[in-house]
Amino acid sequence: MKADPKGVLTGSHFLDGDHSCSEGAIAAGCRFVAGYPITPSTEVVERIASRFPYVGGMFIQMEDEIASSIAIQGAVWGGKKAMTVTSGPGFSLMMEHIGLAAMTETPCVFVDVQRAGPSTGLPTQPAQGDMMQARWGSHGDYGIIALSPNSPQECFDLTIKAFNLSEQYRVPVMFMMDECVGHMTERVVIPPADQIEIVPRKFYEGPKADYLPYKTNGDLVPMMVKAGDGYNIHVTGLTHDERGYPSMTVPTQEKLIPRLVNKIKHNAPKIVEYVEDQVDGAEVVVVTFGITSRTSIPAIEQARKEGMKVGHLRLVVVWPFPEERIRELASRVRAFVVPELNLGQMVLEVERCVAGKARVELVGHPGGTVHNPKDIYNVIKKSAKG
Amino acid sequence: MAEELFEIEESVPVNTVESFLRMERMPHIWCPGCGIGTTVNCFAHALETSGLDLQKVSVVSGIGCTGRVAGYINLDSFHTTHGRAIPFATGLKLANPELKVIVYSGDGDLTAIGGNHFIHAARRNVDMTVILINNFTYGMTGGQVAPTTPLSATASTTPYGNYEQSFNLPYLAESCGAVYVARWTAFHVRHLTKAIKEALAKKGFSFVEVLAPCPTLYSRRNKIGDGLDQMIYYKDNSEIRNGADTKTIPLEFQGKIVVGKFVDKERPTYLDAMNEFYQQKLGEDYIPYKG
Repeated sequence: MKADPKGVLTGSHFLDGDHSCSEGAIAAGCRFVAGYPITPSTEVVERIASRFPYVGGMFIQMEDEIASSIAIQGAVWGGKKAMTVTSGPGFSLMMEHIGLAAMTETPCVFVDVQRAGPSTGLPTQPAQGDMMQARWGSHGDYGIIALSPNSPQECFDLTIKAFNLSEQYRVPVMFMMDECVGHMTERVVIPPADQIEIVPRKFYEGPKADYLPYKTNGDLVPMMVKAGDGYNIHVTGLTHDERGYPSMTVPTQEKLIPRLVNKIKHNAPKIVEYVEDQVDGAEVVVVTFGITSRTSIPAIEQARKEGMKVGHLRLVVVWPFPEERIRELASRVRAFVVPELNLGQMVLEVERCVAGKARVELVGHPGGTVHNPKDIYNVIKKSAKG
Repeated sequence: MAEELFEIEESVPVNTVESFLRMERMPHIWCPGCGIGTTVNCFAHALETSGLDLQKVSVVSGIGCTGRVAGYINLDSFHTTHGRAIPFATGLKLANPELKVIVYSGDGDLTAIGGNHFIHAARRNVDMTVILINNFTYGMTGGQVAPTTPLSATASTTPYGNYEQSFNLPYLAESCGAVYVARWTAFHVRHLTKAIKEALAKKGFSFVEVLAPCPTLYSRRNKIGDGLDQMIYYKDNSEIRNGADTKTIPLEFQGKIVVGKFVDKERPTYLDAMNEFYQQKLGEDYIPYKG
């Protein structure tokens, strides 16, 4: 399916990442946004608020992030594509509803323009400190997808992808921006609507009497209906059977929860996305995501100039993590260098996959600014020497 | 003898409420003497005569004993998180304004953890009906003190009695902008049915508070008898005062209960206000939002 041209501002623009994310959402068919102001994400909802009256969308500024993160789920069951937008403190408040969306298989998008934490931290300055929270922040076991853009252009392209993935797998998708990417202004090219691929919601269309809301047909993802369609659906955050009815038994738990995890785990090869640069034959691979991918480039180029064999693997989809690729590389490279604007989060995933077969070096930073490329270069140099 | 029995069975009228319930989920979890089931009966009768297209009716609950209502109602129904039924319902209603959205939940759920959402939905006048079952306590978790527990009443977390001021909910709802406000008890089944029917017909944020016995965790602990004793208390101590000033009707421990319809007024709903405002401001460029 192609994008609705009514919402697509085809052309070349000079946009910051936040505004570009708003345009991506509109192009993706999002017509319901609930949010609460928080720096540095506010510009996303501000643009939505000014654009939605012209494209038939509903924006509501809710009383807090908790309300925002569940209003979007009500909207999804009412038939809309929906997202909420926040930053660290608000993201923390939304955790329970990420679990609800995972449990009820409600497709929706959570945008987190990360700032330095913990707590109020540095509201106007960047960090990448919510990466583990995005994966594990709600209680219990579940799967999610998270993407990390590194430019305003990607804020547009990957927001569309976030919506598409959420519909395809019926999961909440975390869109992990950061203050730098959110406030950086660059050229953004918005293609014609007929070149934008949209994944529509998978609605059940069979006989009403046969419909079981949480029955899957092999692909681990059940078909949806919406309120008002006459199916008398029941949706609950309690452990539920295929009818959607609460069934608080071990067998029901053992059937439902592994499926929620496995629909991402088993489809990971299809979901995983990363960009490689000179990874084949490299002795050191720098693993990056988001803004850190850009601060790493001068360091990588300098090291290459000096004859070091340095590859760059940038995560576009952060969760699920590209386990297979890292395992494969681990037996071939001397070291992995992982710069991130936190004191060690995604590096734990790299270490897990490398499993001692190569050195893994964190270039951590508590946030507030970006890395000095020199710090990344120094670790690359040290790692290359072995 | 057998024939006679057969005849008696034949003469039993069909219970029309059953079609509103997910009978395959019976028996329900509510205790003997609990008032929630009685209110559901009234709700079903109100729906039955409401003239609403039932396919377009959604029931949203939070968590708790009353939070289980959504699970038993044979309509589109959503059992959300603790305290968050109202913002879920807000999203649902605004996504598809054709839907009639009813929030059915308890006092702890809607006015403690969900209090912020309650006041803001009333302020915005989001078109929904909120039916709040007030049993003065947190039943499902074992009878803890609630924002509705009357002064001096005992709860598991106020073992020597409650010293916090409780909410006067009709006053709260009216202050925040609700367009319909009523209070009844589980004893007043006819009045309650009528009130729910009126609330359903109302455009905007309508609110019905229903006092209901919790014999297991409120009455017994407070030595005020069982469910039946509470119904007798409601019967003997309720005073119907339609149009009463909501400021004057707080509840006290085993005191007088003022019931009735207190507010019934008109005010543009959130959606109507938005559409009208944008049409004035943006003119022909504005696409009126219809969902």
